[in-house]
Amino acid sequence: MENLIGLLVLAPLLGAGVLLTGGRRLDRTGHWIGTALAAASFVIGVVLFAGMLGRSGEGRTLQSHLFSWVPVGGFQADVAFRLDQLSMTFVLLITGVGTLIHIYSIGYMEHDERRRRFFGYLNLFLAAMLLLVLADNYLLLYVGWEGVGLASYLLIGFWQHKPSAATAAKKAFIVNRVGDVGLSIAIMLMFTTFGTFSFGPVFDAVSKAHTGILTGIGFMLLLAACGKSAQVPLQSWLGDAMEGPTPVSALIHAATMVTAGVYLITRSGAIFNAAPDAQTAVVTVGAVTLLFGAIVGCAKDDIKKALAGSTMSQIGYMIMAAGLGPIGYVFAIMHLVTHGFFKAGLFLGAGSVMHGMNDEVDMRKYGGLRKFMPVTFVTFGLGYLAIIGFPGLSGFFSKDKIIEAAFAKGGTEGWILGGAALLGAAITAFYMTRVMLMTFFGEKRWEPDAEGHEPHPHESPKSMTIPMIVLAFGSVFAGGLFSLNSSFLKWLEPVTGHAEGHSPVSAATVTAGTMVVLVLGVGLAWLMYGRRPVPRTAPRGSLLTRAARRDLLQDDFNHVVLVRGGEHLTRSLVYLDHSVVDGVVNGTAASVGGLSGRMRRLQNGYVRSYAVSMLGGTAVLIAATLLMRGVA
Amino acid sequence: MNPVNYLYLSALLFTIGAAGVLIRRNAIVVFMCVELMLNAANLAFVTFSRLHGNLDGQIIAFFTMVVAAAEVVVGLAIIVTIFRSRHSASVDDASLMKL
Repeated sequence: MENLIGLLVLAPLLGAGVLLTGGRRLDRTGHWIGTALAAASFVIGVVLFAGMLGRSGEGRTLQSHLFSWVPVGGFQADVAFRLDQLSMTFVLLITGVGTLIHIYSIGYMEHDERRRRFFGYLNLFLAAMLLLVLADNYLLLYVGWEGVGLASYLLIGFWQHKPSAATAAKKAFIVNRVGDVGLSIAIMLMFTTFGTFSFGPVFDAVSKAHTGILTGIGFMLLLAACGKSAQVPLQSWLGDAMEGPTPVSALIHAATMVTAGVYLITRSGAIFNAAPDAQTAVVTVGAVTLLFGAIVGCAKDDIKKALAGSTMSQIGYMIMAAGLGPIGYVFAIMHLVTHGFFKAGLFLGAGSVMHGMNDEVDMRKYGGLRKFMPVTFVTFGLGYLAIIGFPGLSGFFSKDKIIEAAFAKGGTEGWILGGAALLGAAITAFYMTRVMLMTFFGEKRWEPDAEGHEPHPHESPKSMTIPMIVLAFGSVFAGGLFSLNSSFLKWLEPVTGHAEGHSPVSAATVTAGTMVVLVLGVGLAWLMYGRRPVPRTAPRGSLLTRAARRDLLQDDFNHVVLVRGGEHLTRSLVYLDHSVVDGVVNGTAASVGGLSGRMRRLQNGYVRSYAVSMLGGTAVLIAATLLMRGVA
Repeated sequence: MNPVNYLYLSALLFTIGAAGVLIRRNAIVVFMCVELMLNAANLAFVTFSRLHGNLDGQIIAFFTMVVAAAEVVVGLAIIVTIFRSRHSASVDDASLMKL
């Protein structure tokens, strides 16, 4: 059984290797190889899952030690895997949704001549993400972490002939690097504090460590999570990452990449539990991001960017839940899984719409598509209902639990967090309804493109609709299934731990409140976009709208503070280098040179002057000797 | 006569020799002044030998004479060669070694 864990990572990695080195002869079959290996990984995952269900208690955790990677004295890094309930959940999500996205991509990327390479990258993405969630120590996790960063760079910039895509890829990579620095510092801190970075020993040693150090580690882990999960202040790459092909967006937003931060925080729960300050930072980041993303999502006319804002916001929910400690870990992961279903479904739906609309992304040029794309409409609609938390669908169960947990934090903090979560839910309902209405309802607003091609909206091929249908099933039933008899809680509790919070408001009140804000959000969106026709060009909008269209000025902020600041810093450093450092170096050289020039004149070639110096020298020597004798 | 007077004489001769070496330009004169200094040193050696009542100083004086004789041979040869090539015996003219 243990041996299968390695295969889980190896299968997609093999796919990536074969597809990326195989050359043109694999162009015809490459996508099938990629999909088959992703599916193989999923099948192995299911087998392992079945095996895990067959065991109970401690026996559910499997560990597999492959080989010693860096055995140097006290520094022991192993390639070792750990498959427990938490990693299992991720494995199934990653491989399951990943496989569906592979299948979808067969149709979506059909006309792209670099499709083989695309599947190679997709496989690499899966392999890196699986390595990340299966690693038994932070160093190996870091390898997966970097692998995810690499794969996302390659995929976001897949259409590298577009300068915007190339820039977006670079942006994602660089912003992620900032987070990666945090993770590497956290690992170094762990090593100096605990002498190890394996999960088990680190978590056991936490109780003996100083709180200050744990807080430091917590903050660095949070920084890492912010980078990968696109949380404020490292969120700016996510919107631009929409430059990648749509299946990539689905993969990044649902199964891989952005979930890594939530995984990291949940996995490091033991550290965060012992560092309350770090936890406070985590919930703050989560709460700020969930509102930030939601506001951005409201203003975007680009369907993918609106969904990207939504992802940011939903991940904010998860990070916030993870920051709440044991009362939230399980719900963070539960929301992550349900979100994986409906967000993947929504993105694939958006891709399907674009596929039928000549790759138009502006929702103001959609309208009335429900008649032309019934399958997309229904699956997208179910995803929509799930994300806004419509009663009975997935999002309802998971989001409701997070809001409850936020209130249960207690005190003023609980009220603020709960309020933010409720407000976020209202805004979510608003912007998702807006997306829905602008895309599928109302009158048709599409126009011929620049070359005069009238779009002919049509339903996408089966390879695209089937994954959407499967995901729609997940969006509808996953939450209910998880909540049934608290099955998900019981499943994950042994790993993450769980504590019942004591909420100042009852669960029923929270649910009722959620319903009220849901109706408010949907109603407002309907008033603005359903009842009135949607203008084809965006109105000027209020100050907030304009700011939100520019991602709440995140890029401007980064530009002014970081880019300009960096430029000034480098410029002053260059100046310092030229004036001070070079000044010292050149000055030394010049003074030595000048002195030598003076000294050179002593060598005038006149024997007599040499004789003088010899005589003088001798006299001085003798005088010195006599003097010393006199002193001694 | 007090042997110390010989030392004074020796010092006087040495000083004259040194001054000659430093001041005069003619290579032959410089050379003779060098000899003067050597002989001043010899005189001092012999005087000290006498003062201390042993023969060490005298032996050294012999050594010095031998060395001086050898030096004269080499030195005069150099001076003559320089004179042949530059038609001058001035030490200041032979300043090609300067940078």
